[in-house]
Amino acid sequence: MNRMLNLVLAGITSFGLAFSAHAEDYITLASTTSTENSGLFDAILPKFEDATGIEVRVVAVGTGQAFEIARRGDADSLLVHDTAGEQRFVENGFASERADVMYNDFVLIGPADDPANIREAESAAEAFAAIAEAEAPFTSRGDDSGTNRAELRLWKSAGVEPDGDWYRELGSGMGPTLNTAAAMDAYVMSDRATWVAFGNPQNLTLLFEGDEVLFNQYGSLLLSEEKHPHLKHELARQWHNWLISKEGQQAIADFKVDGQQLFFPNAK
Amino acid sequence: MENNAFYVALSLLLNLDTSLFQIVVLSLQVSLLAVVIAAMLGFPLGAAVALWRFPGRGGVIVVLNALMGLPPVVAGLMVYLLLSRAGPLGEWGLLFTPGAMIIAQVVLVLPILAALSRQKVEELLGEYREQFMSLGMSRGRMMPTLLWDARFALLTILLAGFGRASAEVGAVMMVGGNIDGVTRVMTTAIVLETGKGNLPLALGLGIVLLTLVMLINAGAYLVGELTRRRTG
Repeated sequence: MNRMLNLVLAGITSFGLAFSAHAEDYITLASTTSTENSGLFDAILPKFEDATGIEVRVVAVGTGQAFEIARRGDADSLLVHDTAGEQRFVENGFASERADVMYNDFVLIGPADDPANIREAESAAEAFAAIAEAEAPFTSRGDDSGTNRAELRLWKSAGVEPDGDWYRELGSGMGPTLNTAAAMDAYVMSDRATWVAFGNPQNLTLLFEGDEVLFNQYGSLLLSEEKHPHLKHELARQWHNWLISKEGQQAIADFKVDGQQLFFPNAK
Repeated sequence: MENNAFYVALSLLLNLDTSLFQIVVLSLQVSLLAVVIAAMLGFPLGAAVALWRFPGRGGVIVVLNALMGLPPVVAGLMVYLLLSRAGPLGEWGLLFTPGAMIIAQVVLVLPILAALSRQKVEELLGEYREQFMSLGMSRGRMMPTLLWDARFALLTILLAGFGRASAEVGAVMMVGGNIDGVTRVMTTAIVLETGKGNLPLALGLGIVLLTLVMLINAGAYLVGELTRRRTG
């Protein structure tokens, strides 16, 4: 019995040691799956850590959940892509400051034979209308993420109420949604970064891109000191300022996958 | 060849990639510690329910049995709301740390250990009752004897608990946040790689996880057999 107790104690001590070795200077950043899955953070976080000694721990979820994590005071900083939602977040007093950081764009992906013929579309609205007209299978994130919110706005602008057997709401992240679309030969809207880094396209290919309404703006938010005095506001400000500084913007521009730049810095 | 999951798994193991090593070590630390804590609470609890008669005992047994099927994301959500800054234990600052993952897994494993050990101890009690009576033993004294004599069955129960802890993803994803180098474990890494469309790598990680679980089970089996032989 005593031996077992010793074993347990040894286990707990080694566990404690393993984690006390971590840096004290860190912030928790709530952000989106698109930034994580594309590999952007792997490229820019080491540069920030070199410059400031601050480790950034990323919790990558959908934009809706990221807002909720920040609202409850469980993250020190927020980097998401839903400008309207971000502005509301500031107005409601949960964040004290918001800044444009970068943009990427959404692209329309679909089966190579393109049954709705969206390759020929003049605008994103036209492409969405053509998919609805053909009732071709379309997989939607359906998870209240930034991408999902943008997709719903685009259906609205196309004058379509997406409904029916052809429209599948998955309730999944971007990657799983692409996996499902690949298996179903369905159309899907993705951010370009996740699409380019995606490893399982099967029969899917990029069919429509370039319309300005498909631009996807990312913003960084500083959270309210009043509502959440326990957060690491000083460190979070350093991160926020670095993102929109010359060095940070350069690091974002330098991030490439297969020689292709995926995020375009545009801090003012 | 590079697209073959077994090849990926093998090269992951042979190269002993440091980030993979870290993920494997964290997975084992979290799940083993969760099972040890759950056992220290669950086995005495199970034995106590088996030994004592009290009002509402039937209800306790039904609840314990039902909680064996608690969905991991529900456990995760409950622990998330408890540990969130806006929640009652927010002061502890445990959310998105390995500590939170251990708590969530204890919640998942505890009912399994308590419910199954309750059943085993009750069976043994039936066999031993007359002997205990003739010795005039109190219930408190019976408990260690019964638990010790049930040790081989408890080892199997412990493995069932470890299997549940190491296999689940919903709870650790929610309370750990799958943070690279801090709270990323085998199962959340598999979800992430699947999301990136790296299916061979995801499956390769799955094979590594299975191999580890298999080794632990083989080790437990050997220990059980050896002690059984020695103690007859």
